[in-house]
Formats: sequence, structure tokens, C-alpha cells
Amino acid sequence: MGEGAFLEGYVIPTAIIVAQIVAVMIPILLGVAYLTYAERKVIGAIQLRQGPMTVGPFGLLQPIADALKLLTKETILPAGSNRIVFLMAPMLTFILAIIAWAVIPFDEGWVISDINVGILYLFAISSLGVYGVIMAGWASNSKYPFLGALRSAAQMVSYEVSIGFVMVTVLLCVGSLNLTDIVMAQQTIWFAVPLLPMFVIFFISVLAETNRAPFDLPEGESELVAGFMVEYSSMSFALFFLGEYANMILMSGIATVLFLGGWLPPVDIAPFNWIPGPIWFGLKVAFLLFVFLWVRATFPRYRYDQLMRLGWKVFLPFSLLWVVLTAGVLVAFDWVPA
Amino acid sequence: MVIQALAFYLFAGITVASAVMVVSSRNPVHSVLFLILAFFNSAGLFVLLGAEFLAMILVIVYVGAVAVLFLFVVMMLDVNVAQLRQGFLQYLPIGMLVGIVLLMELALIGGAWVLTPEIEAALGQPIPPVTEVTNTEALGQVIYTHYVYLFQAAGLILLVAMIGAIVLTLRTREGVKRQSISKQNAKQRSEAVTVVKVPTGEGM
Repeated sequence: MGEGAFLEGYVIPTAIIVAQIVAVMIPILLGVAYLTYAERKVIGAIQLRQGPMTVGPFGLLQPIADALKLLTKETILPAGSNRIVFLMAPMLTFILAIIAWAVIPFDEGWVISDINVGILYLFAISSLGVYGVIMAGWASNSKYPFLGALRSAAQMVSYEVSIGFVMVTVLLCVGSLNLTDIVMAQQTIWFAVPLLPMFVIFFISVLAETNRAPFDLPEGESELVAGFMVEYSSMSFALFFLGEYANMILMSGIATVLFLGGWLPPVDIAPFNWIPGPIWFGLKVAFLLFVFLWVRATFPRYRYDQLMRLGWKVFLPFSLLWVVLTAGVLVAFDWVPA
Repeated sequence: MVIQALAFYLFAGITVASAVMVVSSRNPVHSVLFLILAFFNSAGLFVLLGAEFLAMILVIVYVGAVAVLFLFVVMMLDVNVAQLRQGFLQYLPIGMLVGIVLLMELALIGGAWVLTPEIEAALGQPIPPVTEVTNTEALGQVIYTHYVYLFQAAGLILLVAMIGAIVLTLRTREGVKRQSISKQNAKQRSEAVTVVKVPTGEGM
């Protein structure tokens, strides 16, 4: 093998993939930073406050100031902690929130890896999120983090079941596990319309899966101080924080692909289809993120038994029933995709 | 091909190494974490074989659900490692026996493969090759079409096992306050509140 073949065979494809990864990562990290800003502004507006407003114009430099503050703080490793696991947990949380973007399509063909089992990959990655929390809680070797970790283990596993059934319903309507195919199947109508109840269930389960209010029991600052991240400081805390927000964006992206037609415009007529696909995708994700913040400012936290009841006794039977119903309707009207 | 071979040796090496660590690690939580690493690398091996569906299911089911419960239980139990080590020599012969039986069986399979090449032709090929269908579809064909009764039977057995486990472990305790939402919603004002006219200066 000559040098040219080596260059063409290995170096150039690797360089292209790295460039693609950077092109996806930078908007996501910026999005994460400004999601924290948006959260404070939106909740401030809902509570008739101003939100951050002193650092930079309209407080726009606040996320950067926060990041610098966290970076310059001291990293504390608790004496009784299990060091390696303690440091691995925040990294794992953040890495998992980032690697899932490899399969999300931003437009037709705008995807790093267009794999056949895209939706299963996303489900697998999101089901791993619980490890960051459990490992953090256990390695801290302290009561509150441990309680938070146990809660989150039970909570995230429970809601994953209904997320799985929601995904199955969408797959039944598409007939493919590929995310691009899922979006293309929504050209006539977004799945949010015929599968509206499943969309609602998916969104609520996502709130529980990302440990957001009203299901933020693993943190539960009123009884567990800050749950699994009590012992974390500085950069390791920042990674958890960023991971949580990156997960919110990721889950909004998944919901957009599954139910809101990904990059497709609402109707395929003149003024709407002038706007490029990635912008539609971003707008839909931004809308879902706004709902995340809106919910947080509106609802009180669930009690733990109510959370479990909702997951196992309401969502699970309902989504199971809806899977059967969807399959039945598809077969009865001969709409089963080839 | 070189990269595939490298990836294979990487995944295979880490799988074996972490499997060894599962057994030899002193801390049970570390054992479970190494088990998860082993699952992950096996999933990588499945991807290299072109079985991406199996790889994802391995991660979802074993790493995402089974190992979480493992970790949950191991963390909750206050396992005394020194106590566990005491029985090590006592159980060594049984462990060795199981290991040897497994090794022999593996050797038998490998030997049969090498000694009788025609066995490969005898293996059924119920699915079209992976170039024609995705392996999700191929597995669906096998499980839901060709072997649907066996699949249903397996499902029934699992259902019975699940109900059995619930029946064995469920106990209703006395004196526990539970919230019954349907009861709360069905409650009328007349059942909850009585309006009493209190005469002045006399009390109730």
C-alpha cells in the first residue's frame, strides 16, 4: 500500500469525521451554555423577575462568567470516596449526553453516522444515563448522594419502559429503525398528530428520565440537599450540570425526530419551505426546551410514590394499550409500511 | 481489514480482561462495573460481526436494565469481602469443575468445526444474507414467523416466572397509609366535613 492510498484510505476519512464531530459539538455546547441562560430568563419572566441582567448586554455573558467561576474553584475529593469511580461518574454523564448526537439527523443526509438501528442506539445510550447518577451516589460514600442515587436508579428504569413502548409505536408506523426514515415517513403528517397521547407520554417520561422538575427527586434539594451531586464541586459539578442540560437538548432532539417531523417544515408550501431544514429542526428543539422550562416553573415536585404510580400504573398500561391499538389499526386499514 | 482486526483484538482483549477483573476484583461494586465493561465490549464484537441489532439489544437489556438492578442490589447489601474470601478454597473445586466442563464443551464445538468441514453446509440458512435485509428484519422473520410458537412459549414461561416472583415476595403489611387516588376523587364533601353550629359560651 502506497503513501497516497494510506492518506486516502485512513487520514482523509478520519479528518472528515473529526470535522463533522466538531461541527456538531460546538453548537451543542453553545446551546448548553445558553440554555442555562434561557432557563434563568424564562423562569424569571414567569415569576415576574428580570433574571440575569448585569454581565454583558441583557446578561448575555452570564453563562461564560459562570463557567469561569466553576473552573477556578477547587476540586474537592471527599476523603472516604472511591476516587476513580467518583471522577468517572461526571465524565460518563457528559460523554453519554454528547455521543448520542452521532445519529441525530439535522437535515436529509446531515448526520454523522446514518446507522440502521439509530433509534435503538439512542435508546441504549439514554438507558445508560442512570450509571452516571448511581456511580456518583455510591462513590461519594455519603448518605444524601446515596439516597439520591437509589431514587434515580428506580425512577429512570421505570420511565425507560414507557419510553420504549412509545418508540415501538413510532416504529410500527414507520417500519424502519433508521432516524432519517422516521423523519421522511412524516412528510404527509407529523406523528405528533395521530399519536398525540404517545407524544405527551413521551415528553413526561423524558422529564423523568432527565431528572427535571417535577420529577427531580434524585436532586431533591428540599430533602436531599442536592442528591447525588452533594459532594461534587468545581469542574466535576460543572460536568454534571452540563450533562443534564445536554441531555435536555438531546431528548428534545429525539422528540423532534420522532414526533415533530425533524427538519421538515410544518406545511410544504412557499414561505415555509424556503427556510432550510436545520433551522426548522433548531426551532422545534427550542420550542420543546421552552416547554421543559415552563414545566419547571409551573409544577411542584412529585412525591416519590406518586412518581412510581404514574410510571407503572398509568403510563405503562396506557402505552402498552396504545401499541396494540396502533398495530391493530395499521393492520385493519392495511397501512402497514413495507 | 487492518482496522477491523485491531478493533477485534481491542474489544476481545478488554472483554477477557474485564471478565477476569469481575472475578478477581475485591470490591463487589467494581466487579459489577467491570461486568458492564465486558458487556459493552461484547456489544462491540457483535457490531464487528455485522449484528448491530443484537449489539444494541445487549446494551439496552443487559447494561441498561439487568446490570442496573445488579448494581442496585450490590450497593444496598453491605457485603463483607473478607467473609466472602473465607469460602474461596472451599468452593474452588466446584468452580474449577464448572470451568473445565465449559472449556471441554467449547473445545468440542471448535473441534467438530475443524474436523468435519461439511458441518457448515448442514447448518440451516433460514434467512437471506445480511446484504439483502437488515438484521432486524432477519431476526423478526426467524422469531415471529418461523419459530413463533416457540417464541410464544418462551414468553409464557417468563410471564409465569414473573407472576411467581411477585406472588412469593408480595406481602401486605398492616397499618401502612397508602394514597388511593380513585378513593380521593370519589370523596364527597358530606363524608369529609360536618358543619356544626356552636352555641355561644358553651363549646362543643
